[in-house]
Amino acid sequence: MKIVLLGATRGMGRSLARLCARRGDAVALLGRERDEIARSARDLVALGAGAVAQGICDLDDPARFGPALAAAADALGGLDAVVLSAADFARPADLDADPARAVRLATRNFAHSIAFLEAARVRLLAHGGGTLCVFSSVAGDRARKATGIYGATKAGLSHYAVSLDLRDRPRGLRVVLVKPGFVRTGMTADLPVPPFAGEPDAVARRVLRAIDRGWPVVYAPPIWRLVMLVIRTLPRFVMRRAEF
Amino acid sequence: MTRLAGWGGVPAVDARERVGESLPEVCRPASLTRGLGRSYGDASLPARTGAIVASTRLGDRVLAFDRVAGVLRAEAGFRLSQLEELTRPAGWVSPVVPGTRHVTLGGMVASDIHGKNHHVAGCFGAHVRSLVLQVADGRELEVGPDRESELFAATLGGMGLTGHILEVEVALLAIACPWLVIEVEPAPDLGALVARLRAASRTWPYTVAWADALSRGARLGRGIVIKGRWAEPGEAPATSPLHSRVDSRLAVPCNLPSWVLGPTSVRIFDALFYRAHCWSAGRRVVHPDRFFHALDSIRDWNRLYGARGFVQHQSVLPDEAGDERIVRYFETITRHSGASFLTVVKDCGAEGRGLLSFPRPGISVALDLPMRGAATQALVDALNRHVLDAGGRIYLAKDALTRREDFAAMEPRLAAFDAVRRLWDPERRLRSALSARLLGDPA
Ligand SMILES: Cc1cc2nc3c(=O)[nH]c(=O)nc-3n(C[C@H](O)[C@H](O)[C@H](O)COP(=O)(O)OP(=O)(O)OC[C@H]3O[C@@H](n4cnc5c(N)ncnc54)[C@H](O)[C@@H]3O)c2cc1C
Ligand SMILES: NC(=O)c1ccc[n+]([C@@H]2O[C@H](COP(=O)([O-])OP(=O)(O)OC[C@H]3O[C@@H](n4cnc5c(N)ncnc54)[C@H](OP(=O)(O)O)[C@@H]3O)[C@@H](O)[C@H]2O)c1
Repeated sequence: MKIVLLGATRGMGRSLARLCARRGDAVALLGRERDEIARSARDLVALGAGAVAQGICDLDDPARFGPALAAAADALGGLDAVVLSAADFARPADLDADPARAVRLATRNFAHSIAFLEAARVRLLAHGGGTLCVFSSVAGDRARKATGIYGATKAGLSHYAVSLDLRDRPRGLRVVLVKPGFVRTGMTADLPVPPFAGEPDAVARRVLRAIDRGWPVVYAPPIWRLVMLVIRTLPRFVMRRAEF
Repeated sequence: MTRLAGWGGVPAVDARERVGESLPEVCRPASLTRGLGRSYGDASLPARTGAIVASTRLGDRVLAFDRVAGVLRAEAGFRLSQLEELTRPAGWVSPVVPGTRHVTLGGMVASDIHGKNHHVAGCFGAHVRSLVLQVADGRELEVGPDRESELFAATLGGMGLTGHILEVEVALLAIACPWLVIEVEPAPDLGALVARLRAASRTWPYTVAWADALSRGARLGRGIVIKGRWAEPGEAPATSPLHSRVDSRLAVPCNLPSWVLGPTSVRIFDALFYRAHCWSAGRRVVHPDRFFHALDSIRDWNRLYGARGFVQHQSVLPDEAGDERIVRYFETITRHSGASFLTVVKDCGAEGRGLLSFPRPGISVALDLPMRGAATQALVDALNRHVLDAGGRIYLAKDALTRREDFAAMEPRLAAFDAVRRLWDPERRLRSALSARLLGDPA
């Protein structure tokens, strides 16, 4: 497989890239810090990647999305899948005092994420189709006190991904929408660990299976599908009181 | 704040844990760096509540793996389980491994771990070619046997007190075939056990003995001697051993009530353990994990000891002290009905380069002791009395209860270690619960 990832220097994206490398896939790493990408590339080479390409691409800089994807596809000599796992995170309380930060969060996680996925969609269709894998979140499934702007961007992203799947599947585009529950990565390192917390490597194993088989939606860890089923049915007066 | 503890569960300290992929950044403000907390006592805990501790668990990239020369360089959080998965199919293994795969390279260096092949291979540090160390003032240095060699020697077995280890480069061991040939030989008493262990080490690269620490009298110290070597091609299956799942399915789901590991059930557990692993006498070919990391087949087995936790005690009694000393040591254990369910006996080889590394020529004895407050402290004190009289020492990665004055009396090497710390960390920014307890560092 020839796979391009934005957001694979850390977290679940890193785990996914390493799984691909171990089975010999050709991997292109996109990211915003040259040194970090270079170090991660060394890791993927050592693990056995068939080829490793590197490119600069920052969610803050949408003008670079198209060229970065084109360069990655050229370096790999083709393109089978694009993964977006890069995202920003902030709790509502962190944003109260800093409206500019709130705009940045909304822009990166929604507007610019969609711009990236649009660029990737165009690229994949130009190659005759392929898989577009989007990391959204269970936070987008139901509004809670703690989900705030972050959850709203993920709700929007999920909506977009499903719509894309409905529209472009006949043209060979397969969309894999990933909805992680709480996963122990750097993003959540400062948060209290709730029940059903997952590990990035286990999530990545599940996501790769979804990419290989074309599953449209994956909850990871899988138990979160059930958890969200319950949370979605809770009436609003309960959500008002709930502290999660 | 996160409650941190070592593998024994006691003591526990609330700390501010920093986790992240970029180790230089994560470590910079920390007073200590830890790996997976597989050291038993307080070595991986901060000196005081609320202090910052860096965790390397997300800093685990491989930076280079030379499949021809067998040299691996990786970030300090790279785990032995990952290393085995990567290198074993290519014909290379870690030159030294502990009883669990769930340890990091950084932890293996900082404890300068030893394995069943200590008598031929020495400690892990003997195979380390270079380290990147972030010292107390924030500088990053490349250190090795020929570069800042004093600092390097102090870092091997230095329990994280000389700097934050960011990268490790190690020379691996070549194997012709990824299976193990093992031979198990029973021994009816302690004298036979030690004699057979020593004899085995003359011809086998991997040796260890398990003693039943509950039998008394004529059967004191009865047990089995286990010997192993990598198989030759043709002796073993042509397939490669499956890499065991890191998250083994058999798990202890929660802390058990503390009576569970009382003396009677220890006896039952002992019997089950020996059976379950088919450690019956004779020679056969086994999966390397079964030989090297038998306990990993039960995830979270430390919970067997309940919420009160347990402590380990491991010491080495020098050969010069005579075998009578080992007998008296075992008598002390059985007298306290300490109920250690696994007593591991190993003959150590020559002392290595590490300024505070544990092994030296002699017989090492390691026990698990359920934590029972003052009684456990008294037993550790009594064991340390033997260690002192014999001119031996204890293993810091396993210790929680040794007293400062006893440690100082056991360790003439402490002055050299202190000198290195004075040079590189005059303000003692780097310290741990262990260094506060044993080296007199401020809390
Ligand atoms: C079942 C079991 C069997 C074992 N068998 C053996 C054995 O056979 N032989 C043996 O020698 N040991 C053995 N051990 C002990 C274990 O190998 C060591 O304690 C090892 O250091 C644990 O590694 P860790 O990554 O969990 O480190 P931790 O326990 O987290 O830390 C151990 C020490 O290393 C320091 N440290 C860790 N990472 C860094 C870093 N990056 N930079 C600076 N300092 C660091 C910590 O500060 C601490 O002092 C065993 C432990 C268990 C649980
Ligand atoms: N962890 C969870 O519990 C959880 C739960 C639900 C959903 N998710 C979602 O799952 C995805 C992965 O999460 P994670 O926990 O693995 O995250 P993570 O560990 O924080 O990793 C995030 C990755 O995104 C990259 N990134 C961040 N901002 C970027 C930007 N502006 N431009 C380019 N790259 C950027 C980071 O690269 P740098 O190295 O440059 O920082 C890093 O590689 C995210 O979409 C997240 O929202 C996570």
